[in-house]
Amino acid sequence: MARSNKPIVWGLFAAGGTVTAFFVPALMVVLGLAVPFGLLSPNDLSFDRVYGIVAHPLGRLILFGFITVSLWHAAHRTRTTVHDLGISNDGITMFICYGVAGLGTVLAAVFLLLL
Amino acid sequence: MTNPPYIRPIPASWWLRQGRYVRYMIREATCLFIGLHALVLLVGVYRLSQGRDAFDAFLAALWSPAGQVMGAVIVLMAVVHSVTWFNLTPKAMPLWIGDRKVPGWIIVGGHYGGWIVVSAVVLFLAGGLS
Repeated sequence: MARSNKPIVWGLFAAGGTVTAFFVPALMVVLGLAVPFGLLSPNDLSFDRVYGIVAHPLGRLILFGFITVSLWHAAHRTRTTVHDLGISNDGITMFICYGVAGLGTVLAAVFLLLL
Repeated sequence: MTNPPYIRPIPASWWLRQGRYVRYMIREATCLFIGLHALVLLVGVYRLSQGRDAFDAFLAALWSPAGQVMGAVIVLMAVVHSVTWFNLTPKAMPLWIGDRKVPGWIIVGGHYGGWIVVSAVVLFLAGGLS
């Protein structure tokens, strides 16, 4: 039987869709909008505090998983949407989408390990 | 001898013809902003690894007017993603208790409830110092 990458990628797509649906709005409010809008103090996002959270082994692991599933969710949905737009060169689309997600996954691992 | 399969030509703008197709495309397009958010995190971790000054410059860029516009668009599209994703959960994972199907609104409502709790906890923990 031919092996397919579909279950793996679809699993990452679904996991990423669910995790991002729960977390991204609040996380992006905290990171990008809360301080300029006066909801949080700049101290809440100080280097020391953020480093302390992210560089903790659990922080690194969680953030790696979170970035990874976010990227693969975006990659898979972009691939299917490109197909929906009538662009039928799925091989190239797949290579670009999953290539970017794969590269981002590796970079996330490297950056988080070097932290 | 077989001919290659006939593929009916479809204009790339097919989804502009009906409101629900447009809504479908907006839903699918949310993924670009989920990807952008992942990129922001990736850059943030990289800048964090470079030290205090680099991380402060990253935040300054994120909080600049242009950065705020990007942040607001990401948040808006992320909310569209959350709403459309949760609204599909009864179809994506129908739930049975014994031989009775759990009504869709309970599954959807449970997800919305979880979303509110998660968001409140994230905001509360983020504000730990203020």
